[in-house]
Amino acid sequence: MPRIGEDLQRYLRTEMMPTVWCPGCGHGNIARAIAAALEHLAYDPERVVLVGGIGCSGRTPFYFRTNALHTTHGRALAFATGLKLARPDLKVVVVTGDGDALAIGGNHFIHAARRNLDVAVVLYNNSIYGMTGGQQAPTTPVGARSTTSLSGAIEPAFDAVELAMAAGASYVARTTTFDVQEMPLLIADAIEHPGFALVEVLTQCPTYYGRLNRLGEAPEMLLWERDQTEPAQAPITREEMAAGRPIGVFRREVRPEFTRSYAALCERLGAGADG
Amino acid sequence: MRLVMGNEAVALGALAAGCDFYAGYPITPASEILEGMAHLLPPRGGVFLQMEDELGALAAVVGAAWGGARAMTATAGPGFSLMQEHIGYAAITQTPCVVVDVQRGGPSTGLPTLPSQGDAMQARWGTHGDRPAIVLTAASVREAYDATIRAFALAEQYRQPVVLLLDAVVAHMREPVDLPPPPPPSRQRPRPSAEPPFGEHPFTPFGSGRAVVVTGLSHDDEGLPRTGSARASERMLRATEARMAADPALGGLTSYRLDGARLAVLSYGVTARVARAAIDALRGAGQAVGGLELTVLWPFPEQGVVDLAGQVDAILVPELNLGQMVLPVRAAVAGRCRVESLGRADGTLFQPDDLVAAVRAMPHDSPVGREARHA
Ligand SMILES: Cc1ncc(C[n+]2csc(CCOP(=O)(O)OP(=O)(O)O)c2C)c(N)n1
Ligand code: SF4
Repeated sequence: MPRIGEDLQRYLRTEMMPTVWCPGCGHGNIARAIAAALEHLAYDPERVVLVGGIGCSGRTPFYFRTNALHTTHGRALAFATGLKLARPDLKVVVVTGDGDALAIGGNHFIHAARRNLDVAVVLYNNSIYGMTGGQQAPTTPVGARSTTSLSGAIEPAFDAVELAMAAGASYVARTTTFDVQEMPLLIADAIEHPGFALVEVLTQCPTYYGRLNRLGEAPEMLLWERDQTEPAQAPITREEMAAGRPIGVFRREVRPEFTRSYAALCERLGAGADG
Repeated sequence: MRLVMGNEAVALGALAAGCDFYAGYPITPASEILEGMAHLLPPRGGVFLQMEDELGALAAVVGAAWGGARAMTATAGPGFSLMQEHIGYAAITQTPCVVVDVQRGGPSTGLPTLPSQGDAMQARWGTHGDRPAIVLTAASVREAYDATIRAFALAEQYRQPVVLLLDAVVAHMREPVDLPPPPPPSRQRPRPSAEPPFGEHPFTPFGSGRAVVVTGLSHDDEGLPRTGSARASERMLRATEARMAADPALGGLTSYRLDGARLAVLSYGVTARVARAAIDALRGAGQAVGGLELTVLWPFPEQGVVDLAGQVDAILVPELNLGQMVLPVRAAVAGRCRVESLGRADGTLFQPDDLVAAVRAMPHDSPVGREARHA
């Protein structure tokens, strides 16, 4: 396999840098992995649309030379649904935060997964709302501190992987920003997958999550990510999921994909070949 | 000639305008547009999508527009409120699309099956921030068809979301109309463009030969949020509004028996039909009454109303709300004559007799009006 990440200039809009992200933020690592995945797949940047929600994570598309659709908070997947149905020939990659995808956008997340829409979703999970200053997210673990749970969160957290699997996603994976080798490979895998493909990336927000929970700076947080996850062989079993926080590929299935089913419906109803 | 329902006319008008993408969510009294498009679009190779909510519906429409589709959605009051965030998004991203709001009684679930004109202001000011709004309305099945076609043309001309306001009565009534069969589907593919993708430049969806950046953040003509882009977005909004204001083709007023009138009824949508009946009755009784009907609510056709104020002593503004369009009417009239608001929000239409009585009750040689006119 060729080495990933040798020529990212083709995909990165370097004139928009430096990024808005804080020093040590994991979002930059993920953006780099997405660029590396696109380079690995050798996509024409003009045939790719990066669709972002609102949040620190949602800023990612600005740093790419692909098409960019920076949308509204939580709705990236709804925009992506319309776009992908109108233009199945374009590659659509959605970048979203844990609050963006699982709180305000939870409904679009489960329905895009249910439809098995052909998009790759990279979910930047930093367990907190970064952009608005460190409030509790639906992924904040019980006991963790945020500016709206200074005594420790009491609500159970969502597990994005379980949610996506239950909703019908046909490709589901999880990785961390510590796993710099695996991350671009999983993202490339997800982009190539013909259906709804989720890659949840556990990432560090040293500014809020790290500081509020005394986890140190970025290097310490990367080690903390490593320590709370366990690489596992695909497919990961329910027992492994229950036992800890495995990373790797949880599901890779080929199931009827929405845009293809839609095209088949049109054909069945008599739409012309050029329709 | 055949009997066509207002909502069906909207669906057929959309096809006539080349609409090839519809996303929506069921809601009374707009559901027949959704069902009509579900039936009409797939055999033509167009996209029909039932989304999980109205926020998602307009999001999908905007996404599809950036994919090069002629896209629309339709809803009613509660769903229209949910769409407001994305109407603003479409405005700042200069995305052509059409939003039909079949008004029903509100607020909240209100009177789901009964007509209203309660969204006239929401259609103009519902989203946060400022935007150059185009809002059309229609009083008959034929007008609903024509206004839908016009909404697509204006959306493309101005690169803005265009709202068509109907009401439960116009949407659900059937009238005999002669509509041409829908044209065969035509898929326009984006053409290469070297111009910047925003500002006063033509709309260039994804796939036009180079990557485009679209954002709801204030941005420059390249689409990028950079230093100075707040000014660039403000400039775009102002320029679009100025072009609308200077466009005589936008029009928006139809007069009815206004010659020699000393009193006028200014109305729109379904209420305009009632006003005509009332005017006929009053004219029959020898009173010099005429009507002015709004077909474009926004941008408000101010000059025509100013002119009317120069002709008559008093203007009655009946509407199925507690007094919304009467506000820009009063602002335009600016004391030149008397303006009376007649509102109702109980889900019932005015009867011609209601308007006849209201006109008769208006002091038609009001000294207030005269003074102001000669001032
Ligand atoms: C409708 C709406 N509600 C709230 C906000 C404010 N807001 C912006 S970003 C954000 C949270 C982002 O958190 P997350 O999705 O976890 O992304 P991160 O910033 O951590 O990457 C919120 C609540 C908004 N922009 N729009
Ligand atoms: S606030 Fe947190 S998530 Fe946002 S850029 Fe800073 S470190 Fe990253």
